[in-house]
Amino acid sequence: MIRFGLDSFGDLPRNDKGKLMTHAEAIRQVIEEAVLADTLGIDVISLGEHHREDFAISSPETVLAGIATVTKNIKLASGVTVLSSDDPVRVFERFATVDALSNGRAQIILGRGSFTESFPLFGYDLQDYEILFEEKVALFAQILKEKPVTWEGTTRAALDNADIFPKTESGRIHTSIGVGGSPQSVIRAARYNFPLMLAVIGGSPERFAPYIELYKEAAKEYGTSSDEIGIHSPGFIAETDEEAVRIAWPAHKKNFDRIGKDRGWPPMTKEHFDQEVEHGSLYIGSPETVAQKMAATIKALGVNRFDLVYGGGPMPASARLKMIELYATKVIPRVRELIGE
Amino acid sequence: MSKSLAILGAGKLGITLGQLATKAGYSVFIAGSGAPDKIALTIKVLVPGATALTAEQAIEKSDIVILALPLGKYRSLPAAALEGKLVIDAMNYWWEVDGQDNELSNPSTSTSELIQACLPASRVVKALSHMGYHHLTDEAKPVGSAHRKAIAIAGDTKEDTDHVATLVDDLGFDPVYIGNLAKGKALEPGFPAFGANVDAKTLRELL
Repeated sequence: MIRFGLDSFGDLPRNDKGKLMTHAEAIRQVIEEAVLADTLGIDVISLGEHHREDFAISSPETVLAGIATVTKNIKLASGVTVLSSDDPVRVFERFATVDALSNGRAQIILGRGSFTESFPLFGYDLQDYEILFEEKVALFAQILKEKPVTWEGTTRAALDNADIFPKTESGRIHTSIGVGGSPQSVIRAARYNFPLMLAVIGGSPERFAPYIELYKEAAKEYGTSSDEIGIHSPGFIAETDEEAVRIAWPAHKKNFDRIGKDRGWPPMTKEHFDQEVEHGSLYIGSPETVAQKMAATIKALGVNRFDLVYGGGPMPASARLKMIELYATKVIPRVRELIGE
Repeated sequence: MSKSLAILGAGKLGITLGQLATKAGYSVFIAGSGAPDKIALTIKVLVPGATALTAEQAIEKSDIVILALPLGKYRSLPAAALEGKLVIDAMNYWWEVDGQDNELSNPSTSTSELIQACLPASRVVKALSHMGYHHLTDEAKPVGSAHRKAIAIAGDTKEDTDHVATLVDDLGFDPVYIGNLAKGKALEPGFPAFGANVDAKTLRELL
């Protein structure tokens, strides 16, 4: 069975009066959305870690802990945890705690992150980008076994037979690696037997098929096998295509342009947006449109998890809730039908 | 000129350019930052037909060399091996990866001129730098196709920019010559043509 998820960075939505919510309100909004998603049977909610004004979530697992105690079935994931600028021991401790609070529903997606604000914030040097991730993933893979750990490296203090608590009831927290297109990261995921989450945020999804092939080939070489290959892409759903575009376009443009200003991209044109909706990686439209597009991607790539990033940019909070309802009640059943589940 | 191409850098851009070039019939040699066996599997699966080599070996076998590594590493380029070669600078200053670097962010010089100064015995041309790697994959089209997208080229001699224009055309894009190497500044992050995924006419307008 394909697993369907939602993914948020805690973008600040607008309230009924069109006013931008505070960070605190935006976090509570995500809890409300997670509760709705749980009620409607969505498989997983992933929350990304960012350290910038436009996103309210810098500590996903704290928000997940809040969600844990008011939901029943939905899996609670980070998307992603920027492991390079965090401490693997503490990451485990925090997620094992969420796992306890949620009766075993915690999941982790480790990543290098597409933003780098966390490096100066926590005192890491960007020049160490590669080694920080490489070493910490290796350490984390050991910690996940939930046995005493002995480890030595250059990026944190050595561990000598250190036992780390709390232990989980299942003995293993579901942990994936999020990849934006770096082949080395794909191979790394296979090497440590982590499921793969591909972040596909622009261009045609089909071009990632060779990356999945690479993951499988690498797994063969390392003798590993993981049961999950997922994709994460942004989208928005409303009753009709026109309404979805009317709501999503200004919010998406604001989001893109704000990030582009830091990175030297020119502002997004409507043509570029339309092209992404038509042929690229924006899943925006009516339930039927989005379902068709998701099904095509799932078939083309052979993935078994799809996390839809919802509510990108300053979008009305009510539209986000409506989208979650349409995703759960119309899109997901229709995608299952289209792929023959 | 023979149709052989070295690509230094086995990241997203290097892989993408390698895919386009093998498709266009070039012999492609790719070098990553470490030993060739570190990227052998990546190249085998993602760029079938290309060969993973050390930078020196890849350069030796090719007449054109594309630089597709993080710009912050330019000081460690193998200058001696690159002597006499036509070198395409496809890199951009990306502070998030390269860190804050006053030389690279100097507003009065283009980063390609810095590369040329670093490789005095090579002929540096700036190209294939302004379009995102996923657009390069999605938009490559045979010559004469409707809505074919354009790639800007900046370099100091006509002979070299003509060679690069042929390569760009072979890879699937309309070449647009925009002037000498210093003019490549207009393609850098923060300028209107950066990120441009447009046809030749629109690209000229942006410049």
